[in-house]
Amino acid sequence: MSVTREEVRHIALLSRLDLSEAEIDRFTAQISQILDYAAKLNELDTANVEPTFHAVPLENVFREDVPGQPLPLADALGNSAATRGSFFEVPKVADGS
Amino acid sequence: MLESAVALAGRLQRREVSATEILKDLLPRLEARNRDLQAYVTLCPEQALEQAGEIDARRSAGEPLSPWAGLPIGLKDVLCTRGIRTTCSSKMLENFVPPYDATVVKRLKEQGFIIVGKTNLDEFAMGSSTENSAFFTTRNPVDPERVPGGSSGGSAAACAAGLPPLTLGSDTGGSIRQPAALCGCVGLKPTYGRVSRYGLVAFASSLDQIGPFAQTVEDAAMLLNVISGHDPMDGTSIPGPVPDYLAALNGDICGLKIGLPSECFGEGLDPEVRSEVEKGIKTLESLGCEMVEVRLPHTDYGIAAYYFIGTAEASSNLARYDGVTFGHRAAGAGDIVEMAGKTRAEGFGAEVKRRIMLGTYVLSAGFYDAYYLKAQRIRTLIKRDFENAFQACDLIVTPTTPTTAFRIGEKTSDPLAMYLSDTYTTTVNLAGIAAISIPCGKDAQGLPVGLQIISPALGEEQLLRAAHCFQLAHEA
Repeated sequence: MSVTREEVRHIALLSRLDLSEAEIDRFTAQISQILDYAAKLNELDTANVEPTFHAVPLENVFREDVPGQPLPLADALGNSAATRGSFFEVPKVADGS
Repeated sequence: MLESAVALAGRLQRREVSATEILKDLLPRLEARNRDLQAYVTLCPEQALEQAGEIDARRSAGEPLSPWAGLPIGLKDVLCTRGIRTTCSSKMLENFVPPYDATVVKRLKEQGFIIVGKTNLDEFAMGSSTENSAFFTTRNPVDPERVPGGSSGGSAAACAAGLPPLTLGSDTGGSIRQPAALCGCVGLKPTYGRVSRYGLVAFASSLDQIGPFAQTVEDAAMLLNVISGHDPMDGTSIPGPVPDYLAALNGDICGLKIGLPSECFGEGLDPEVRSEVEKGIKTLESLGCEMVEVRLPHTDYGIAAYYFIGTAEASSNLARYDGVTFGHRAAGAGDIVEMAGKTRAEGFGAEVKRRIMLGTYVLSAGFYDAYYLKAQRIRTLIKRDFENAFQACDLIVTPTTPTTAFRIGEKTSDPLAMYLSDTYTTTVNLAGIAAISIPCGKDAQGLPVGLQIISPALGEEQLLRAAHCFQLAHEA
């Protein structure tokens, strides 16, 4: 059930976490240990058991689509590290024009 | 024992004391003790005194006020408070000042509760000791060399020390009940959906629930009255009226059937904890309760299922911290992907990274069925365990934790050992039902033991009545 360093490196990329080599080593060992422990789940035959994604049996919840009062622009932008006008400012997303 | 909040509210209503006087007594004691205890990340004495002054003025003017107006309260720093920074004890949100109040905060303010500060926790509520806080570790008020438990360790320590004796926490796998047990106060995890999660910073959305810490069950019931009820802002909150939980405390528990699951009294349970819990069971018997043996055969699989489900949901919920709209942003990134990777590497601590990684892994292609879906199927078995057990009993009693408070640093290098301190609590979250931890004696070192009482979904009235009767009888 163990994970390899390469798998951990791939998960780090999917998770958008720039990990150091030391962190990759540590997480490889620790995640392997947790997966080994969790292998006990395979002792149970669950072929005929439905999964429970939610403990409370609520059906889909709908509401009327009524316009409300949005956050003021200054409040919505106030916690961002960089804004310009009414926008969040970020480094370039794509190449080209 | 300190005066209960309900009793203090009576003195406020009779004008024997003002909200300002309460704060002027509390705040200096809180600030002094907090230097050692480290229970609070942020204190807000100015806002609190201003709010108290307003309440006192309204009371003097004869305006109708809530019976609880003027009571001070501390809030776990995962609950959004408009204008007061909300850090989740993370560098990621060190400077985050929410532009809105969580629904529970809004309700507390409407009822005139006075927020004195925001309490420390394991970063993003991930942990069982507050050692994962990015800022500092909270001390157990009973023994400063020991952890207060977690993740709501700051709220538990503050409550147990009476600073003030009312706080709110959140419980995803035991994060209210475990620290309540370790610090020696009452901690309640309500039924999933009983309390709105709007404005609670999300960890694992199908498991998270907000609940009260108090020194008495009566105070916990009072606080549950205030925070419960349907909220259009949380689609998973339960519609319909909320019972009066304070009124539900009246009456006896004679004839109640209490289930004792052998799975929670076996290997791994500290003998002193067992002995104290057995004394607690005798107290329940003396109150006329009948003990019946029940089985929860899948208890042993709870932690593994919980860690797959909890981390999967966390990896998705925490994807929002990319440095764009709020929270920390790494400097000097050349493009947006690099910015997210650096921001998250700098902003998150080791446990949060570990859980995001594990959650991403169990959701990734090729592993989803084997880990995540498997865990959700086992969740069904755990839920059925409780349904079957409640055919034979009204409530279930277990120890809250396998041991009393452990030493700071004792389990930090072994994540799995830390996870196992939640063995008796996580299954309750997986099943979505309610449970309370009540003080139940002390071990030879004077460290508190917690008794957990579990009820079926929306069984809080009977749960609180049993806990209330127990607390009065066991302390006497």
